[in-house]
Amino acid sequence: MSLLTDKKVIIIGDRDGIPGQAIEECLKTTDCEVVFSSTECFV
Amino acid sequence: MDLENQKRVKEFAEKYGPENVVVILGAAEGEAAGLAAETVTNGDPTFAGPLTGVQLGLSVFHICEPEIKELIDESVYDEQVGMMEMVLDVDDIISEMSAIREDYCKYL
Amino acid sequence: MNSVILGASYIMVHAPDMVIHNGSTQTTERTVNPNSEYLKEIKNNLRTFDQVVGYLPNQVYIGNITPDELAKHEMPWFDKPMEGATREGRFGEIMPQDEFILLMQICDVFDLVKLEKEFVTATKAKLMNHPLFDDGLLGRIKEGEELDTIKRFVEKEHAEAIYNNGVLVGCVKRAHDIDINLSGHVMFENLVSKASNVLALLNLVSKNNINKEEIEYIIECSEEACGDVNQRGGGNFAKACAEVAGFVNATGADTRGFCAAPTHAIIEAAALVKAGVYKKVIVSAGGSTAKLGMNGKDHLKKGYPILEDTIGGFAVLIGENDGVNPEINLDLVGRHTVGTGSSPQAVITSLVSSLDKAGMKITDVDKYSVEMQNPEVTKPAGAGDVPMANYKMIAALAVKRGEMDKKDLEEFTKKHGMTGWAPTQGHIPSGIPYLGFCREDILSGKIKNAMIIGKGSLFLGRMTNLFDGVSFIIEANKGRQEEKSAISEEEVKTLIAKALKDFASNLLNE
Repeated sequence: MSLLTDKKVIIIGDRDGIPGQAIEECLKTTDCEVVFSSTECFV
Repeated sequence: MDLENQKRVKEFAEKYGPENVVVILGAAEGEAAGLAAETVTNGDPTFAGPLTGVQLGLSVFHICEPEIKELIDESVYDEQVGMMEMVLDVDDIISEMSAIREDYCKYL
Repeated sequence: MNSVILGASYIMVHAPDMVIHNGSTQTTERTVNPNSEYLKEIKNNLRTFDQVVGYLPNQVYIGNITPDELAKHEMPWFDKPMEGATREGRFGEIMPQDEFILLMQICDVFDLVKLEKEFVTATKAKLMNHPLFDDGLLGRIKEGEELDTIKRFVEKEHAEAIYNNGVLVGCVKRAHDIDINLSGHVMFENLVSKASNVLALLNLVSKNNINKEEIEYIIECSEEACGDVNQRGGGNFAKACAEVAGFVNATGADTRGFCAAPTHAIIEAAALVKAGVYKKVIVSAGGSTAKLGMNGKDHLKKGYPILEDTIGGFAVLIGENDGVNPEINLDLVGRHTVGTGSSPQAVITSLVSSLDKAGMKITDVDKYSVEMQNPEVTKPAGAGDVPMANYKMIAALAVKRGEMDKKDLEEFTKKHGMTGWAPTQGHIPSGIPYLGFCREDILSGKIKNAMIIGKGSLFLGRMTNLFDGVSFIIEANKGRQEEKSAISEEEVKTLIAKALKDFASNLLNE
């Protein structure tokens, strides 16, 4: 059991930080389920 | 936080139960990370979106925080985030995120 | 032979009333929170035209001071106006809102822009003193309407209101009663984009002694879309702008790709010229009203004025190799592809690794022009210093490639990077703002080459989750280099001759 075990994960990435898709790739290696992934843009 | 994203966060919290939802952020700066974390815990501090006045208290982390990083396959993390970690002020992000979690998170 | 960069122009339009009435942050706030403190406060935190002219990053944008000079001044910049700053720049100009509203009417060929009589009279007198506005352009300004007529269009017919100093001075009528693609709002945005593009074209022509009749093609690369219900985004801004600017021998088309579009467009233009299809091609774009005041809430919260109060525009002329001007090296084009992935390091690696084709190291490129957003605008909004983040990534990549020591990271960002100065107008900051200085820096020998990088957030269009980016290299004209190397060859011959002579005389002496 970890912080992410069986959790529904919402990703709010940042175009100039870590984009949503990159976070998604990382979380694929854990035991959570990504239910939503988005990337914000301030520029 | 983008208004559409706030709407989705609210919907997912209702659908799955706030205790089952975790939000992972990729913000570029500590302050921006803190604001996004505040939005999904204590409500939208800019009073603009659907989360205004809504205290979801969700668990929220930045992808660069050690609690999350240690759960991810090292080589994948390195490939996706590794170099950006050198660019971001990770310490600042950690301190902003921990402060918000301490104040507003209901499910830790 | 590679194509060359013959000139570049940069313009800004100070648009304080458009911040309030047309910026998406403000229009959204008016919908969801009409009585908000922010909406009340914004009026008191807009800058005057003189403050906008004196703002250091704006003076860099129009070419009056260099990025290096800007870097010598510590932020904040908004409270340190440049003394003796002028609206005229070496590369372009900063136009006040009232003159620009008339330019919108000049650019309108469907009788949609209606302006109030007295406003027209007062402002036309100002525009008559503008060196770039000839009788042909001024003749397109109409006499004007009664205020009641304009009010009726706004209140009863969904026209988009035009304000100046808080006063209603005109409107943009809808171009169709039921087609939302031709609504007053859309027509307003498109006419602003067109007019700011035209202003950039006029400046490009006048500041580079260009014969308008020699221009054969224009590639427009803004982020707007014009068309009707059957072809939303059908185009064509390029030809519409060429028409007003008087390029009678030109046609053109629009290229889209979010913030990366200008870099795509320059590569296209350079290729068209290199292939011999056209001799002279212009890449240009006008600006966006939706992005005005985009991060305004954060600016006010931090005690800054509204810094996103200008519309941007630029135009770049690409021509056949003249043996003098800097070349666009199309052998070294970098691409983010569908398979690249979206991690920041994958993105930057795909764009910079084009250097491998020439066996070059990252440190072999003298300057990198990335996304040149003004950090004073983005930092308070939580987006950080965007150009600096890009430079750190490039430096980190150089370390990873074993081309640089880790301890030189910071030095790299100073030597090969620049402090950002461009307004956050989406496509405007992306690589292109440096082209004017870059041409001069290469011509003067200050640098020998530069990499221009454009990146775009395609996911905003909800058609793909992908990111995008392209890059290219500009370098000193090889004609010149050959000239130089020919000289050194002469020198080599002289040295050899001298050595042989010495050898012979030594032999004789023996």
